[in-house]
Amino acid sequence: MENEYTKSQNTQRAANEICMEFDAISENEGLARIVIAAFLARVDPTVDEIEDVKTAVSEAVTNAIIHGYGEKGGRVFMRASLSPENELSVEVSDKGVGIADVEQAMQPLFTTGAANERSGMGFSFMEAFMDRLEVESSVGEGTCVHMWKSFGCEPDEAMPILQAAVWNRSGRV
Amino acid sequence: MEKKMEEYAIIDNYLCIRMPGEVDHHGAANIRECADRLILDDKVKNIVFDFEDTTFMDSSGLGIIIGRYRKISCFGGKVYAINTNERISRLLKASGMSAIIEIIA
Repeated sequence: MENEYTKSQNTQRAANEICMEFDAISENEGLARIVIAAFLARVDPTVDEIEDVKTAVSEAVTNAIIHGYGEKGGRVFMRASLSPENELSVEVSDKGVGIADVEQAMQPLFTTGAANERSGMGFSFMEAFMDRLEVESSVGEGTCVHMWKSFGCEPDEAMPILQAAVWNRSGRV
Repeated sequence: MEKKMEEYAIIDNYLCIRMPGEVDHHGAANIRECADRLILDDKVKNIVFDFEDTTFMDSSGLGIIIGRYRKISCFGGKVYAINTNERISRLLKASGMSAIIEIIA
């Protein structure tokens, strides 16, 4: 809706923050994607930018549900904010089991979920589709995944190559 | 959301799977179970994932494809991803999947 107010706000807008908390069940993965896509509307993102953020959020929420809570349920927290300069910050956190070795968990193809056919590419997707990613975790307390992405700058490379992902005949190197 | 069996078809020795609009962890278990039942029952050799309806896919989709690939590749079967939109084609290629499956957009 274009009116005088939105016109005058076009260059610089107030920061905006949302916070949601939901059950750690798989049907909420889609909900989190829809919420983040709607929240982004004001920065007028490209279709690819929307899909990048939706994919990264989907990975983070899925990790919380599967790994944080071991698919036994709990609560997932998503906090998103947009700065006046249109930088998006998203935090997805859980109060689940935590990750003992974050560096190892972030290695492409590393997974503890092989039995459930997890590809081990979750963190690689988050890194590839967002500008920056930080993961904080303590065993027994939970995990927080913090991601950032700027909008309205020069377009990124369409899709960075997920370097380490090389599959052999058994499906995994 | 139970996956309907009409989303699965066996044509010659190809198992064709019509993938849902959004491929994520939520629907992954169901697709796996349905596909694996058919792979066992009907001596399927090759698998075709049809992405015509799919607008979203995260890394769960890779897991589904790799898992089925493992089941049939040891018997010389091939895996195809067809009707992929531009983004999904790029995602499959960027994550190295094109080394093990054939992508036909």
